[in-house]
Order: sequence, then C-alpha cells, then structure tokens
Amino acid sequence: MASVSVLAERSRGLLARPTATTGFWSWITTVDHKKIGILYGVTAMFFALVGGTEALLIRLQLAQPDQNLLSPSAYNELFTMHGITMVFFVVMPLSAAFFNYLIPLMIGARDVAFPRLNAFSYWAFLLGGIFIYSSWFLGGAPNGGWFGYAPNAVVDPTRGMTFYAIGLLIAGIASTVSAVNLAVTVINMRAPGMTLFRMPVFVWMGLVVQLLLAFSLPIITVGLVELLFDRRFGTHFFDPSAGGDPLLWQHLFWLFGHPEVYILILPAMGIVSEILPVFARKPLFGYQFVVFSGIAIGFIGFGVWAHHMFAVGLGPVANTAFGISTMIIAVPTGVKIFNWLGTLWNGDIRFTTPMLFSIGFIAMFVIGGLSGVTHAVVPSDYQQTDTYYIVAHFHYVLFGGAMFGLLGGLYYWWPKVFGRMLNERWGKVQFWTILVGFNLAFGPMHVLGLQGMPRRIQSYPESLGLTFWNLVSTIGAFIIALGVLVFLVNAVRSFRQPREMVADPWDARTLEWATSSPPPDHNFDEIPVVHGLDEVWHRKYAETEGGRVVPVPAGGSGESEHGDAHGIHLPGPSYYPFVASLGLPLAGYGLIFNWWLVAAGLVVTLTALYGWVLEPSAE
Amino acid sequence: MRRKTLKVPGLLALALVAAACAPNATQDSLQPAGPYAEKAYDLFVPVFWVAAAIFVVVEGALVLFVWKYRHRKGREGIPPQVHGNTRLEIAWTILPAIILAGVAVPTVTTIFDLAREPEGQVLNVDVLGHQWWWEFDYPEEGINTANELHIPTGRPVYLRLCAVGLGYGGQVAPSECQPGPPDGAVPAVVGDSVIHSFWVPELAGTQDVIPGRTNFMVLQADEPGVYTGQCKEFCGLSHTFMRFQVIAHTPEGFDAWVTGQQQPAAMPAAGTPAAAGAEIFSGQCIACHAIDGLQDANGEPVVGSNGGPNLTHFAAQECFAGCMLEINDDNLRRWLDDPPSVKAGSWMPDYNLSPEQIDQLVAYLNTLR
Repeated sequence: MASVSVLAERSRGLLARPTATTGFWSWITTVDHKKIGILYGVTAMFFALVGGTEALLIRLQLAQPDQNLLSPSAYNELFTMHGITMVFFVVMPLSAAFFNYLIPLMIGARDVAFPRLNAFSYWAFLLGGIFIYSSWFLGGAPNGGWFGYAPNAVVDPTRGMTFYAIGLLIAGIASTVSAVNLAVTVINMRAPGMTLFRMPVFVWMGLVVQLLLAFSLPIITVGLVELLFDRRFGTHFFDPSAGGDPLLWQHLFWLFGHPEVYILILPAMGIVSEILPVFARKPLFGYQFVVFSGIAIGFIGFGVWAHHMFAVGLGPVANTAFGISTMIIAVPTGVKIFNWLGTLWNGDIRFTTPMLFSIGFIAMFVIGGLSGVTHAVVPSDYQQTDTYYIVAHFHYVLFGGAMFGLLGGLYYWWPKVFGRMLNERWGKVQFWTILVGFNLAFGPMHVLGLQGMPRRIQSYPESLGLTFWNLVSTIGAFIIALGVLVFLVNAVRSFRQPREMVADPWDARTLEWATSSPPPDHNFDEIPVVHGLDEVWHRKYAETEGGRVVPVPAGGSGESEHGDAHGIHLPGPSYYPFVASLGLPLAGYGLIFNWWLVAAGLVVTLTALYGWVLEPSAE
Repeated sequence: MRRKTLKVPGLLALALVAAACAPNATQDSLQPAGPYAEKAYDLFVPVFWVAAAIFVVVEGALVLFVWKYRHRKGREGIPPQVHGNTRLEIAWTILPAIILAGVAVPTVTTIFDLAREPEGQVLNVDVLGHQWWWEFDYPEEGINTANELHIPTGRPVYLRLCAVGLGYGGQVAPSECQPGPPDGAVPAVVGDSVIHSFWVPELAGTQDVIPGRTNFMVLQADEPGVYTGQCKEFCGLSHTFMRFQVIAHTPEGFDAWVTGQQQPAAMPAAGTPAAAGAEIFSGQCIACHAIDGLQDANGEPVVGSNGGPNLTHFAAQECFAGCMLEINDDNLRRWLDDPPSVKAGSWMPDYNLSPEQIDQLVAYLNTLR
C-alpha cells in the first residue's frame, strides 16, 4: 500500500491537472458530459455540412444524363465519403451528443461513469474523422464504398481504402469505449428510485444502442483489421487465388452493418418517444411495449444481416431464413409506430417545431419501413438490390427517420442546453422546407431504382429514360440544403438573445427539465429521488378522484436548482484523454507512411495512459 | 367546400402515380419480358399494393389524429392520461404478423422456384465478369462474344457466372468457367478479380459474380428484341461503364446467328488498308485479343489470347468497351488513340499508334462481320 501512495505522490509531476473552466483549454480538457455532448453535436453538424456538400455534388453530376462534371474517380470518392461521413461522423455522433448530454440528466446522475474515458471517446472520434478526411490531401480519399467490398477494396491502387480501414478502426475505438461507458452509466448511476422501468424511453433506447455497439463493433473490427492486413502486410483473407474468400468480408461487414442500422435509428425513436407525449400532453402509450419492442429490434437486428446479400448466391434455404427474419423485425417496428399513434390519439396536440419533426419522423419512417418489407420479399429484392430503390429506402429510414428525429431533438433540447430557444417560426419554415425537399429528393429514387438505375454509377445514358426523375431529385436535394441553411441562421440567431430560460419551457415530463437551463456543472444541487415514470410531470400535476388532471397547487414546475451548491465532488478536467487520443492517428499515419510513426503514436498513447492512471484527483 | 379540398389532393396523388413511372424507361424491372422476370414482378405487385394499403391506413390515422386532436384555442385542462391498452398491443402485434405470414408464403415458394435448374431445351452460357466488360462463352456452340449475349426466345438460358481476373498476389483467381485461351496461346488474364453483378431487369433478377465462386441463374425472353443490362455491384473505377445487351432472336434467327458466329473471319485482300491493319493487329493486339481466322503473310494462323474480348465478329456488334461506346469509326479512333482517357482505368493501354495505323486498324475491324 505504501509504495502505491509513493508512486501517486511522485506521478504528480507528469502533467499538472488543468484548471481552466472557460475558454479554449477548458474544452480540450473537459470531462463534463454536457460539454462533451456539445462537442459531439457541433462536430457532427460540421461533418453534416461536409457530407451534405458531397451529396449536392453527387446530385449535380446526376442531374442530367451522360454528364462529366465529376470524373469517375472523383465520383467514387464522393459517394464513398458521403456514406462514411453520414453514417459514422454525423448520425452516430449526433446520437452520441444526445446520449452524452441527456442520459446523466435523465437518470439523475452528476456525470457518466467514467468521465475521462468519455472525453477520450470524443477526441478519438474527432481524430478518426480528421484522419479519414486527411486522405484527400495524401493521395486520394477512400473510393470503394462505405461498405468497402473486398477484393475491390484491397486491389485498389490508391491509399484511400487504407485510410478507410484505419480511420474506422480509430472511430470504432471511440464508439466501443463510449458504449461501455454509457451502458455502465445507465446500469449503475441511476438516482434513488429510478428503476429500470421508470427510465425515459430515450434512456432505454440509449442502453439498447450501447449494447448493440458493444457487440457489433468487434465484428467490424475483425473485418477492418483483415482488410488492413490484406492491404499492408500481404495477407490474403479475401483473395480466392490464395484460399481467401470475398464473402468473408461481406458477412463480417453486414453482421456489424445491420445492427448499425438500428444503432442509427433507435436513438431517434427514443427522442420521438420523449417529444410526442410532451406536446400531446399525454403519457407515452404502451411504455413497456415501446421499450420491449426496442429490445426486440436490438436482438433480431443481429439475425437479418444476409438480407444485404440475397444476390450473392447463398442458396434458397439461407435466403428464405433471412427473408423471414427480416419480415419478423417489421413486427416490433410496427408496434412502436402504433404506440406513437396511440400517444397522439385523444391528445391536445401543440405543433411546436420538435413536434412537427416527430410527426414527420413517423410519416417518413412508415414509408421507409414499408419499402424495407419489400426487400424481405427475396425474389423481388433480386431486382431491387443495388438500385436506387434501396437508396430511396434507406434515406427514408436514415434521413426521414433518424435525421428528422435528431432535428426534432435539437429543437426540443436546445433551450435546455443553451438556455435560449430556437426561433419557432424559422423552425417551422425549416421543417416544411426539409420535408418538401426530402420527398422530392428521395421519393423519385424509388421509381428510378425500379426502372433500372443501379447504385454507384457516375452517369447514365439518356436512352435509359431516367432523366426527369433524376433532375427532380437534384432539385429536391438543393431544397434540403436551403432548409439546412435556415437551421444555421436560426442557430446563430438564438445566441444573439439573452440567456434567460426557465428550467421547463415545454411543460415536460422527464428529469432533465427539473434542473436549470443550462444545467449547473453538477447537474442537480441535490440528487433527485424518483417516484415514478415521468417524474417531473407528476411533480407538477396530480389526478383528482374524478380522474381529471390538475396542476399541483405548490407549483412544482418552478426552478428547484440554482447551481450554487457547495461541497459536491466533480471529476476534475484532464489533459490525458486528449493526449492519449493523439497517439491513435499518429500510429495510423505510421501504418501508411513510416513505421517510426507507429512507435511514436504508441509512445504518446501509452505515456498518456500511464499519466492518466496515476493522475491525482483535483484539489 | 370540404369535398373539394379532399378532391384536389386525391386527383393530384392519382396523377402522380400515373406519371411517376417513366414510359420511356428502357431497362425497366416493371416491364418484365420473360417468365423469370415476371416471377419477381408478380410478387412485387401484390406486395406493393399490400404496402400501399397499410400506408394509407397508418398515414391516414396519423393525419386524422393530428387534425382531430390538435390544440384548439380556448381548450382548457389536460387530456386524460391514458397509459396503454394491452388488448390493442396484442392486436397490433398479431395482425401485422399474419399479414407478413401471408407475404412469406409466396415469397418462399418463389425463392425455391427460381433456384431450380431449368429443364428441357436449355441454352447454357458462361458469363464471365471482367474489369470492366462481360464475356459470354457458349461452350456447346463454341462461340465467344463480348458485351452482347444472344439468346433464342422461348428457351430458358442457364447462366453460369464467374469473375475473371488476378488475385492480389498476381495469381489468376480460380474460376470454373474460365474458357481458356485459344489453342496454343499463352493465357492472358488482365485486370483484378473483383465482384460484379449481372442484371438485365426485363429478363431476370440479379445474380452476383464473385471471385472463387460459381453462381447460376436463369433468364428467358418471350419476344425478340434488345434488352439492356449492366453491372450492379461496384467493381472499381469504371463500374459505370460495364454495360451489356441481351439480344433475343427468334429460334430460326438464333440458329442463323450461331452459324454465322462459328465462321472464322476472312483475311482482307492484300494491299488494302485493312490488310495493313491486320498486320498491326497480329503484332500488338494479339497479346490480349483473338480473331479466329487471322493469318500471317505465309497463311499460317496467328494465335491470339483471351485477356480482352475475342474480336472475330466485332463489326457485327453494336457496342464495345463494356457497351460504353457505339461502334463507329469516330469512337474506334478515339478509343485506339488512348483507351484509358476514354474509359477511366481501362486495362487496354495506350499503344501510341499513329493516326495512320489507327485508320488501318479501324479499316480492318470494320471487315470483321
């Protein structure tokens, strides 16, 4: 024991514990889940602008037949980077932003279980993204599709797919660490009385998503390591001329890739399940069923991966099995939709911007869900696979679904996070612009796919008769861009108002609204004691004996937290998470350019971890 | 007034559905032209209408609830706090499950139906996916074409699909349907062995073409005509330009075509530009291409190779370079001048041919009918 404390004394010298609470260094060294949540959110929105720009370029190229605005090589890079960006660097981190910011608040905790690890997750994610994007300047971006099918992804002579493999491995480390952190937080850090079945649905979906991540990321990690080895070390995992198998990659990729789809959509489903009750002024219909259907989706999501592979020739038995499992997963998805409808039924619906996006989510997601069921009809999927029909389908799920939910969440929690409202009128303009643009951009793709347009083609001949709907789709894409612009204006404008927000502007139901807006560093002056589902609502309203709902006379909605509590221990900021993450891209560049950099990266990360482990607690 | 407001969107929706499908689409899975494409189509249509009905019910309920239960000015109080209803939950779990079971039955029977090997008068063709063109080999007829699959109407065509190319160690990737080089030639394999996908939507669904595997599919055309198709799985730089045509002949027309294809090419008359072209061809192009009937000055046969398309009946085709280009003199000149500048990544290199040599080659190619 004595020697340990001596070591701790001496280690004090490695790096002094940072002290900044505002300004640049406070953001670099923060371990506060709220600041990290904001960092995730801002980064994701930045990448959204980049990925959106890539999409616009793609749509420009396809606006007319036989165009050559983009060379095939540039086009292949753009559709690959668009997919990678939107999946790994927009929707996933935007969900992570909400999880990070909200889960501790919603379960009545002061922070996540491992605050420094949380910071490390963010920095590793950011550096993974920067690493992949740096490929544009270092010999060409990834160009083998976000799905990186081998052997094409191996034999490609540019460095792009090596950047892809390493960049996603770095981002994967970030996501794995964060998944474990948040799952432990939900399981261990709940306030007294916050039983599992009193947790908001958003927290439940958060838990399911973290478990999906924790079990599916190792699978893609295996695939990416093999891809990297094939590209850099002369192995032949996917090369049949040396006993490898190209299908091995597809199984590994989709066994991750399909749970990934639910990793992208379940957070938005959780957000919508929070917003609908607040603005229908009714509790969520069938809470347990919504929770259990989410868990069921998580489980079944691991058993449908080969529906991405119906055309590879797995044989009729496998195709039957995966066709049926794909149909089965529609059942719990339907249960969710029906329960949201039940929540709206007999409500007192207020059309705020978050509510509009949530209703839009249901409307668009139904379309994506139904087209998804048609993929389960295997022989019909033989036609639709790898066409724009699929592109239409997953954009209805990931944009009409996930992004609509996340945008609703931004409008809903913005006042909590920043203490300022987003303008409602601009919000509604944005909603309708995006709704119209979205349907113009992606609705016609159903027709294009059914009428013969394959995916990932740089141009199409005029003779295919696909010109009209391609032009419509391009126009739609630019209308979406207009909607995004409205959001940016709205966001900037919100910061020009004074920060004077009540704790609970929406008359909401869950714990995060019990504390001030924005919350103090320590979240709650006193850890709340929870008595039921929708705790904050029940503090404000009671049911009379006649079954009528009336406000509690004491006015429980008042601000109960003032942020002036003393003596609360909070984890101190630290340099180490940032420094430790710096070693990862360094080693990554080393794998591509110079082995010495690998050593340097390892030294940086291991030294930082050493300092991290022995870091004294703040005074 | 109210009726009118309902009528307008209703009519609009109808007009939209009617207008949605482009009437001039030429590679259209919604216009099946043979029994195998029809099987997929016959499944898609009823499932589409089931989905459309569910769409109307669910979106209708959504719109209805949103409209009916919207907040009205002056409304006081809070709606009853209903938490759920177990019977409803059971109902909307079971009902979709029953509908899906109804969809599953014809799905499964069709899966097995399509997986069956065809019987009777079957035409066997090997389909070889190269980077970035299609080779069609007729083992029984002894015919080899590029980018154009000729078939007779009314007969099932059983395709054996293989990917051709080099593995990343540089060895030739194994392939069951490798036809092998012409007699006495050194095999030349050009390009990487990667995954392709064979799709001609009016005649059949998709089947992937995968290195190291052999896949099978059946297609059949009811009427003579030209059906276009293209590679559907991203296969590298010029994936876009890996197109092909299926040309369906009447049975008699097909027999005539087969007989024509089995003839070797005639040598052009000595002293013509075409003869000079044949000489250039014998010197350089045979590294990858073959022409049955090609002879040297002494009348000895010149053996070609099989890395690129067999060009014996080149001028009888409509398109080349993965059906990226129509066959005409301008396109051929452009192509021969510098293939990779026309088609990104093309494995056919720029041979620095002079304009005169190009003209001679074009003249020769035009004789290959």
